[in-house]
Amino acid sequence: MSTATAIVKPVMPERHFLNDNYGIRSWLLTKDHKRIAILYLFSITFFFLIGGVFASLIRLHLLTPNGELFEADTYNKLFTMHGVNMVFFFLIPSVPAVLGNFLVPIMVGTKDLAFPKINLLSWYLYMAGGTFSMAAMVSGGVDSGWTFYAPLSSGYLKTHVIMLAVGVIIAGFSSIFTGLNFIVTVHRMRAPGMTWGRLPLFVWSNYAASLIMILGTPVIAITLILLALERGFHIGIFDPKLGGDPVLFQHMFWFYSHPAVYIMILPGMGVISEIVPCFSRKRVFGYSFVAFSSVAIAVFGFVVWAHHMFVAGISVYSALVFSLLSYAVAIPSAVKVFNWTATMYKGSIEMSTPMLYAMAFIGLFTIGGLTGLFLAALGLDIHIHDTYFVIAHFHYVMVGGMVTAYLGGLHFWWPKITGRMYPEAPAKLAALITFIGFNLTFFPQFILGYMGMPRRYWAYPPEFQVLNVLSSAGASVLAVGFLLPLLYFAWSLKYGEVAGNNPWQATGLEWETSSPPPTHNFHEIPIVTKDPYAYGEDAEVTVVH
Amino acid sequence: MSEHSHPTPGLYVVILLALVVGTCLTWGIAFVDLGKWNPVVALTIAVIKAVLVVLFFMHVHYSSKLTKVTISAGVFWLMIMITMSLSDYLTRTFLPQ
Ligand SMILES: [Cu+2]
Repeated sequence: MSTATAIVKPVMPERHFLNDNYGIRSWLLTKDHKRIAILYLFSITFFFLIGGVFASLIRLHLLTPNGELFEADTYNKLFTMHGVNMVFFFLIPSVPAVLGNFLVPIMVGTKDLAFPKINLLSWYLYMAGGTFSMAAMVSGGVDSGWTFYAPLSSGYLKTHVIMLAVGVIIAGFSSIFTGLNFIVTVHRMRAPGMTWGRLPLFVWSNYAASLIMILGTPVIAITLILLALERGFHIGIFDPKLGGDPVLFQHMFWFYSHPAVYIMILPGMGVISEIVPCFSRKRVFGYSFVAFSSVAIAVFGFVVWAHHMFVAGISVYSALVFSLLSYAVAIPSAVKVFNWTATMYKGSIEMSTPMLYAMAFIGLFTIGGLTGLFLAALGLDIHIHDTYFVIAHFHYVMVGGMVTAYLGGLHFWWPKITGRMYPEAPAKLAALITFIGFNLTFFPQFILGYMGMPRRYWAYPPEFQVLNVLSSAGASVLAVGFLLPLLYFAWSLKYGEVAGNNPWQATGLEWETSSPPPTHNFHEIPIVTKDPYAYGEDAEVTVVH
Repeated sequence: MSEHSHPTPGLYVVILLALVVGTCLTWGIAFVDLGKWNPVVALTIAVIKAVLVVLFFMHVHYSSKLTKVTISAGVFWLMIMITMSLSDYLTRTFLPQ
């Protein structure tokens, strides 16, 4: 950043939340939302790496058609543990529990979340859930698939299904507590002048995701408890042999697990809504549409779940309704995509690393979303249901969308969290490698699926090998793209340039305070007088003295 | 928040009695075969009892509007799950031959 006028080099603030207190105790008993966010950052990175190892083993196995590397049973365990780790222990907590935890209180202009102790408890529950899931893993693994479908899981499998289910239930409570904290904080603790119409879109989207967390998560807990009752005590709920109904399991499971997709993606969309206006130097286009589309997605996302069950024997009339509603939920998602592009239109775009990730998100999420419509179409779904087309579709949303947004957000707020800049050149390289590796991994899977390769199979016909080798090659490129940030983020902690309060000249309260912020976020509670995205205008926030 | 009014011990006793009556009623009716109305009657009594517990024992009747809205949202979401699931179960037999 070199301009004609001499710029005073920013210095690290003397006191901030990272050096306010030292020692393991000060971290494990902290009530500071920023420190809890960092605890979460380390833990979800750990689970992401574990999930990544499983993914690598899957791709390694699929290099050859005849299933030479692993036994079929082992292969089933690999994809189950990959799914469980990534969905419940990485994707769901990623943006809310790390970036949301760190940013929501600062963005609304308050000292902490409404219930700091519950926030800490949520991390402990997450770790307890993770411990159960790890225990299930090391004591032999589980092979039910992350979806736990009954009666396979309740009556037939000999693996540690209940232990894993307990892990998922406990982790669910941690996400309920995060959601509860966000909702109460947004309702009760906004700074003076921070009206609902001035709430940053990142807060809106986390608020919407929180609604899903508290309304949906109890259902997965109940479903898995019923599953455990059937498995442990042979109480007939899902198994027809015991008088149960297997489709009921799918109804209950997807009542949570489809909205859970929006728990994962909505906060990611919030990240994009912050990055795009900042690096386009423009006010976000259609603020209220973007804000309300988050809430619309949260609400309508609850009435589309049976699109996972079109070939499971549900009534055709019901399927018709769910198909239509699934199409409808694409509308608010499209509103967001159009508004981000309209924000960029005629903007002064700076291709920084976060912006590269944001643009990757917009493209990849659009592909992921549109292929979702293929799957929501009643006729086409019969052909591509349970094939690699589905795998490719949701990895475009979850990895191409969510992980990309998470990485973009991490780069965007890294200077705020640590006080130091990451090195721009390797970061851009990592973004590029991730993008190439991602597409190489998952695009061939669309074709494989369309050609009829079923998901979760341990072997495949030899004519599918070329595309599978391409996909596995892409996975190794993707792995490099994910590992690079670990290296340069660690490097930047010591050698990174000091960032100063606002390295991006961004608007928003988080950029008003020092980097890293003081323990109570602000020296004085700010008074908000401006819209959140007043780019190109006087974006000052007055502070009362 | 609004701690100004609380249920009196007398009211607690009345609610308790109502719950006991409800339980006895459910038990008694179990001996009468009402055909397809069996679950309907049992569930109706159960719902009335649950509402009494939520309103008085859990103090929702005396709570703020926001608390009431939150609880109604939970119930409403449960209804979504039940109704939309029933949209499958109840129309399966409509299948054209
Ligand atoms: Cu879905």
